[in-house]
Amino acid sequence: MAELFLGRRDPWTEPPMGLLAELTHRCPLQCPYCSNPLELERVNGELATADWRRVLDEAADLGVLQVHLSGGEPTARGDLEEIVAHARGLGLYTNLITAGVLLDERRIARLQTAGLEHVQLSLQAAEAATADRVGGYREGHGKKLVVARLVRAAGLPLTINAVVHRQNLDQLEAMVGLALELGAHRLEVAHVQYYGWALRNRAALMPTREQLEAATEIVERSRCELRGRLAIDYVIPDYWAKRPKPCMGGWGSTIFNVTPQGKVMPCHAAASIPSLEFASVRDHSLRWIWQESPAFQRFRGTDWLPDPCRSCALKEVDFGGCRCQAMALAGDAAATDPACELSPLHAAMFDVARAESAAPPPEFVYRRPRREAPAPLPGRLTAEVAS
Amino acid sequence: MSLDALAETDRVALPAWVRLHFDRVRDRWVLLAPERVLFPCATSVTILEHVGPGRSLGEVVTVLAQEFEAPRETISADVRQMLQGLADQGFLAVEAGHG
Repeated sequence: MAELFLGRRDPWTEPPMGLLAELTHRCPLQCPYCSNPLELERVNGELATADWRRVLDEAADLGVLQVHLSGGEPTARGDLEEIVAHARGLGLYTNLITAGVLLDERRIARLQTAGLEHVQLSLQAAEAATADRVGGYREGHGKKLVVARLVRAAGLPLTINAVVHRQNLDQLEAMVGLALELGAHRLEVAHVQYYGWALRNRAALMPTREQLEAATEIVERSRCELRGRLAIDYVIPDYWAKRPKPCMGGWGSTIFNVTPQGKVMPCHAAASIPSLEFASVRDHSLRWIWQESPAFQRFRGTDWLPDPCRSCALKEVDFGGCRCQAMALAGDAAATDPACELSPLHAAMFDVARAESAAPPPEFVYRRPRREAPAPLPGRLTAEVAS
Repeated sequence: MSLDALAETDRVALPAWVRLHFDRVRDRWVLLAPERVLFPCATSVTILEHVGPGRSLGEVVTVLAQEFEAPRETISADVRQMLQGLADQGFLAVEAGHG
């Protein structure tokens, strides 16, 4: 019934700000918290250069201002320079989100000539042994440090992206120092968000409450001390939160994601919601997908919200939280995000965080394309557990 | 470093990677920066059009004071507040000038 009603909604006329372009799911690294789906898209179905040019044309027409070239590892595509040049020609701000290990001085120069404006480089830890173990890539950390210096020597601005979890949080202070030493302009300290691969590896990644508090203290202190030298963004983990985050600033409100094969989604994890069908740029215009497609309209705004969200004073702030997390933990994408303390599942979420972070970490399940069916994800929460 | 207030002699410019862009879809100016889009007001856009390589903060204030026939102190306060905000976010290239 709700679907029928939503099918008649007026087209959404607010323009999007950003396009997250997942150019490929190929990646030399195997981080166990990868934001790509468990079912990685194969190389032989990837959009061609001409497809991406058309997507960028349509995105600019629609109002997109920034394109985030991501993956997998976007530098695995030989046509990255062409894609950057096309985006820049349209006036789009071009941001490369990379693990860096495939870059060298000549490629960085070519990308810069093509018009690249910003590089976001991931680091898995401050110390090589930890970083290479987490990334599942030998000598990757050393290569990243070289690449970071090359990026800065070229005069490009650099953001260091540090995904943090129980196995590297003891190196957070050193990561701040490393970002400074590398000449980064920004540091993004992002606690793991538990979807897909990270959900699969949750027990190996979940920090204790004490670790989280220590990290927050380091970030706050560093922010003060380094203001004007190093900007620090901080993403806190839902499992220890009281309120949910307004995922992607609200479903289909500011940004969208195009997968390597051309599926368009409100966020990179949205494929985990089986009831939604995501249209492809091969079959539809971006304008129709953004403004009218049922998957984008489904959770827009606040009309669709269930209780207790519907009557909550914060509904325009967090929009009921994250749909993918509601799907993963409540088994219903339209439920209140269990990260909210008003969710009946909130206490159970806390219990999971407490239990998993206190137990010894299991081995990582590395992110790799799989031939066999993947092992099941951790189970849904039930309110009964929450006593 | 940028915690220090900007000096009149400081040369101020947008770095190459922070770009003032006219957005045809929204019909307004936007400032594009790493992982950020800022929506400057009309006054801010005017200030940004006057900063540039080699120009000192004092020169920007002088030019704007003449253009708008306004007291230098008033213009100076607006310019400083706006540019300091950008500097604190790391979106302004500041080079110490010689008094």
